[in-house]
Amino acid sequence: MKSFKNGNLLVTSNPHMFAPTNTQKIMLAVVIALLPSLIASIVIFGLRALILAIVCVIASVFFEWAYEKLAKKENTVNDLSAVVTGLLLAMNLPVTMPYWQSVVGCFIAIVVVKQFFGGLGQNFANPAITARIVLFVSFGVRMTTWADPKQAKVLLASDAVTSATPLGVFNESGAAEAQSQFSLSDMALGMTGGSMGEVCAVALLAGGLFLIFLKVISPATPLAFLGTIAVMSLLHGDDPIWQICAGGAMIGAFFMATDYATTPTTTLGKVIFGIGCGFITMVIRFWGSYPEGVSFSILLMDIITPHIDHFCENRLYGNPKKAAKAEGGAK
Amino acid sequence: MGLFSNHMNSIHVNHHKSTAGAASVVMPVPEKVYISMSQHIGRPCAPLVAKGDHVKVGQLIGDVDAMISAPIYSSVSGEVVSIEEARSALGSTDTYVVIKTDGKQEPYEGLSIPDCKTKDDFIKAVRDSGVVGLGGASFPTSVKLNPANLDEVDTLIVNGAECEPFITSDHRNMLEHADDIVSGIKLIMHFLNLSHCYIGIENNKPDAIARLRDEISSSGLANTEVKELRSTYPQGAERVIVHEVAGKTLNAGELPASVGCIVSNVTSIMKIGEYFRTGMPMISRLVTIAGDCITNPGNVEVPIGAKYYDIVEFCGGYKSTPKKIIAGGPMMGKAQNNDGGTVVKNTGAVLFFSEAQAEAFDPTPCINCGKCHRACPVGLMPKEYAKAYKTNDVERLKNLKVMECMGCGSCSYVCPARKPLCFINTLAKSVVRGAK
Repeated sequence: MKSFKNGNLLVTSNPHMFAPTNTQKIMLAVVIALLPSLIASIVIFGLRALILAIVCVIASVFFEWAYEKLAKKENTVNDLSAVVTGLLLAMNLPVTMPYWQSVVGCFIAIVVVKQFFGGLGQNFANPAITARIVLFVSFGVRMTTWADPKQAKVLLASDAVTSATPLGVFNESGAAEAQSQFSLSDMALGMTGGSMGEVCAVALLAGGLFLIFLKVISPATPLAFLGTIAVMSLLHGDDPIWQICAGGAMIGAFFMATDYATTPTTTLGKVIFGIGCGFITMVIRFWGSYPEGVSFSILLMDIITPHIDHFCENRLYGNPKKAAKAEGGAK
Repeated sequence: MGLFSNHMNSIHVNHHKSTAGAASVVMPVPEKVYISMSQHIGRPCAPLVAKGDHVKVGQLIGDVDAMISAPIYSSVSGEVVSIEEARSALGSTDTYVVIKTDGKQEPYEGLSIPDCKTKDDFIKAVRDSGVVGLGGASFPTSVKLNPANLDEVDTLIVNGAECEPFITSDHRNMLEHADDIVSGIKLIMHFLNLSHCYIGIENNKPDAIARLRDEISSSGLANTEVKELRSTYPQGAERVIVHEVAGKTLNAGELPASVGCIVSNVTSIMKIGEYFRTGMPMISRLVTIAGDCITNPGNVEVPIGAKYYDIVEFCGGYKSTPKKIIAGGPMMGKAQNNDGGTVVKNTGAVLFFSEAQAEAFDPTPCINCGKCHRACPVGLMPKEYAKAYKTNDVERLKNLKVMECMGCGSCSYVCPARKPLCFINTLAKSVVRGAK
């Protein structure tokens, strides 16, 4: 072939090659990273965990699709971000949560928190965390009814034998009582009451390390978050590992505090964010009236993220501070 | 630069250097050459020949009396058939001297090996060689080698990084013409009175590193050192190579000379060495022809002014229909709207991508992942200036220092949302310029 028809060449600006990653692949990696926790929750609590997760994912994807259809926006269901939100919300619910209330949570997450603010990347707060908090204040009893995995597996909500969570006992009766009722191995494997995806620390750690390995998330946030929890536990005279495995710390540190849209982009910003989350969490655990504070801490830090970002803007190469100041002074 | 790294930010790109093993082949002169009068940064040359003139190889056909300029020589012997205006590969409208070749390739009688006594003689000879920055910037080398503060300059940095994917022409020149490179370095260090020379080469070219080290030691060139660079993009950018090789930071707006360095592309140095050996000024260059549409990809010594389609024919023609033709590398090269572009002095590569290789994406919403922040070599925040550009916020754009962008394309490369961040920055720069 000597020549070709000119005029049908693609003319675009540079660059002309691209990294193999895209939004959909990043979201898929998060879904895969959540699978160990999902499987653990099914093993620990029973088949209802799987059904609840499927309901949340389908509802979230439906709300995303329906909102974009009604608002005449481009359909973005394919980017899988709604799947991630649905799955994360399910992980934050008790296994006995009524389905209709879970669907309400998905509506809050996708429509109110995400789409009302402009869709993917524009929301100022983590949709799953915010939905969890809204459900918590709306359906307080349901959101604090915890199935005991040692007593019975759950297929129907009525199968559950309820129990307290480790942090509930910690809040009511103190560290000694909590640690005698819930051993470290129970905490690590998730054989305790709690939200279905937050109890199994080992599964969450596996998923988190997978995301760090793929460079989907930076290790800065989880290290700062969990590190702060450990330091504050030591200062308070508690077992740091027990505190890290308790409640939503692991799922929060690896999956919620690393949400791109609502957390800082620079490494320094991520460290500040993580320390803030860890600090607020422990203040609530030690001195607050609620037993657990991970969701509140992440929501609060989400809100001040723009300020952290502003404070931690990239240091430009070859722009010495002195010169910048002198320039400012000259004006 | 990160919290824990002293390197400037850079990104990993797939090198695609499959033509690295392809030894250079000389292309026969085509029927006609179209020699652009605008082959350097600065005022274009005026044609010194007229229609009907007979020219020989190496004869001066274009020059201009301007500070920043370089003369242009005929790459062929033959007859000037027209002087015409046409669109260049970069989109500008330039004057072209069109020469119908006679195939004899007779060298011009007036050529001689330069005889230099002083620095000024040398700078004049470098200008006469027609050499410009052959890595892509096409800044006249004679001007670069003669900065105002030359007495404060002590280091020559030879840029053999060749960080752009696909391109291997500098690599081949280092392997095949190490002698000319070393003699070019010798001349520059001697006449400019420089005490040090670093040759920066990415560590994905171990054969070139070894070849130059051999040549340096066998020729007894003192104070010259080959520095291995990481194989990440963009190691060959001027500010990056000064930082990585000499450990010096170029502040915003500074030229390498202000930290005592002169940076020059390795092929430019080679061309200077060649000129002082043969007396033949720059009339051809090695061009990497690659991409999945080319039957026989490789490195071709092409006369300046040859059309892309002539080179393709020499390389066995197209094996599939091209969807994208790029003058230069895939990171910073310019997409063409036809295959009738002409080779100029800084054409290091021409790439021909099929539909499968020419990736095209529709941008999706920014997910705030911050990859672009970590990719930018100079630490700009592409997603922030994309926002400021959208709202036409000139003050914010100035505060974000958009003018410091070198257009390397790293931000667009890494973006998972496929935002054309590099292009947005080009537009943002013009907004800032327009607001002044």
